[in-house]
Amino acid sequence: MARVQLNNLEKIYGGGVKAVHGIDLDIEDGEFMVFVGPSGCAKSTTLRMVAGLEEITGGEVIIGQTRVNDLPPGKRSIAMVFQNYALYPHMKVRGNLAFGLKIAGKSKPEIETAIDDVARILEIEPLLDRLPKQLSGGQAQRVALGRALIKKPGVFLFDEPLSNLDAKLRASMRVRITDLHRRLKAEGLSSTVIYVTHDQTEAMTMGDRICVMQAGRIMQVATPKELYNHPANLFVAGFIGSPEMNLLEGHLDGSDFVIGAQRLTLGAEVQARLASRPADAVLGVRPQHLTIADDGLEARLTHAEFMGHEVYLHAALEGQKIVAVVGAAEYEALGRAEVIRLRPDTQHLHVFDKTDGRNVSLRGGSATA
Amino acid sequence: MDMQAFNDAQAARRARLMMLQQSIRYVLLFAVGLVMLYPLIWLVGASFKTNSEIFAGAGFLPRNPTLDGYIHGWQTSTPYTFGRFFWNSFLIILPKVIGTAISCTLAAYAFARFDFPLKKVFFVSVIAILLLPNVVTRIPQYILFRDFGWLDTFLPLWVPSALAGDAFFVFMLVQFLRSLPSDMEEAARVDGANSLQTLLYIVVPMLAPALISVCLFQFMWTMNDFLGPLIYLSSVDKYPVSLALKLSIDTTEAFEWNRILAMSVLTIAPALIIFFAAQRYFIEGISAGGVKG
Repeated sequence: MARVQLNNLEKIYGGGVKAVHGIDLDIEDGEFMVFVGPSGCAKSTTLRMVAGLEEITGGEVIIGQTRVNDLPPGKRSIAMVFQNYALYPHMKVRGNLAFGLKIAGKSKPEIETAIDDVARILEIEPLLDRLPKQLSGGQAQRVALGRALIKKPGVFLFDEPLSNLDAKLRASMRVRITDLHRRLKAEGLSSTVIYVTHDQTEAMTMGDRICVMQAGRIMQVATPKELYNHPANLFVAGFIGSPEMNLLEGHLDGSDFVIGAQRLTLGAEVQARLASRPADAVLGVRPQHLTIADDGLEARLTHAEFMGHEVYLHAALEGQKIVAVVGAAEYEALGRAEVIRLRPDTQHLHVFDKTDGRNVSLRGGSATA
Repeated sequence: MDMQAFNDAQAARRARLMMLQQSIRYVLLFAVGLVMLYPLIWLVGASFKTNSEIFAGAGFLPRNPTLDGYIHGWQTSTPYTFGRFFWNSFLIILPKVIGTAISCTLAAYAFARFDFPLKKVFFVSVIAILLLPNVVTRIPQYILFRDFGWLDTFLPLWVPSALAGDAFFVFMLVQFLRSLPSDMEEAARVDGANSLQTLLYIVVPMLAPALISVCLFQFMWTMNDFLGPLIYLSSVDKYPVSLALKLSIDTTEAFEWNRILAMSVLTIAPALIIFFAAQRYFIEGISAGGVKG
């Protein structure tokens, strides 16, 4: 069992700077948990506290049944894959894989068998007698993965492992890691993963659950689908999804949402979902949920980005930026129009309280993709 | 004149100019190099000369080459041969170099990678020692070692180095370590290695170029050290070569210069051989420590 619990976890640096503000998180055994957030949101610091590479200044980390706050990294039943691979430069691939087991006092035949197994799984058999400097980025990352795998740890920690790879390799490594996780799980091996990334594509495609962080706080923990469909606050709404969600400031007036001089009727479905009616509100609508329609909100087209099968229309609605994703054919039909009318799909509308950023339209949770 | 011919002429002119520049550069380098190396060349040449010939001219080629200097110089005017003094030098150098390498690595690792109370104060004192002239500490050190009863033993020469007393080396290794990313060490810790295992298996191999420089420096400085042995060693049978050379000047009325020169050649030979053998690591070590740090 390698369940990971973070209880009121805090990190305060020497100068009194608080990097992590009392995080509570429960990661189930075998779960693939992704920490995602912008640079400096303390996702890596949190991971390093779990690893034991960063001192815990408040709260506790529990792995399995053990409180690991005061245990050295080697005794926490973890393995870590670093962003820059961190392979031992003077050891061959074989030596890199064997190091952890040697330290653990495993016998030579045991180590050899383990190396062969891991090398086969990761297809690095031909690389075993090479030095790290003779490896390409992708190969080095596979070796780093192997070094983690060979230890059969309770928890795998990944610290932005793919950010040094090119886009194509990143995509294939993504699949490889998720496959590996599934395989370990199927074989009944402990395979809890905490994966740190700033790339939301990685987060959305790999995670069982995603923990969105900002400035040392957890903004929301949910499945990728839940995050996308029911963002708990403005930050998550703006962070998850590409292009990002349109956030239009205005206020509620009866069953309408008023943006400047224009009104949008929210409809009974949205009304029913509202938990409160904030004075200053923000309307959230994803670019994919806007269609060109005569009865839509009027916006002035500023420019269009042609992406192939779809077009991103950038426009100004009452002085606020709005982006709509439309099909190439729809764009063609617009001709040279400068003013377009965009109708949001009310099923997918979100209403946020501007003062605290909270999504007040989650009740019932019927906003679905 | 057509364009092609003009271009060819220009190219030829440029090539001639380049050639001329190169020649001047090499002649100049060779001349300056010769001026700097000449005393060494002369030393080697003069060690094969007779005593009377040594001061006859500035040329380095002996007219009547002889091995007299080497044969008699090796015998020395003491009951011991020069071999004994080489052995003494070796006995001083080996523990000192090993002690330096181990102690300075430990000290530098602590300064570069760990946080401990008063770390800044300690590091400032390392730098302060670096800036302090050696002469200042000679007398207190002498009194200390005398009270320990270490006079006329090799201990005063070994112990300070074995306790990371050479601030320069500590500083050099700290700078080198700071230039190395700490990810590998973190990976080793995650792999279960403790601090000492991390140092031994991960840091030391990466530190090798700097460590080789440290050992080479210590080797050469100890080989050339005259004052240390002079102060602490009083028995001739413990003298290293640096003192033995001086001994042959003191004890004879008319100096046998060819013997002294011959033994000088032998004395510098080990340092030169080791330097050239390890030159690549040496330069790599100093430049990495200096530039990256």
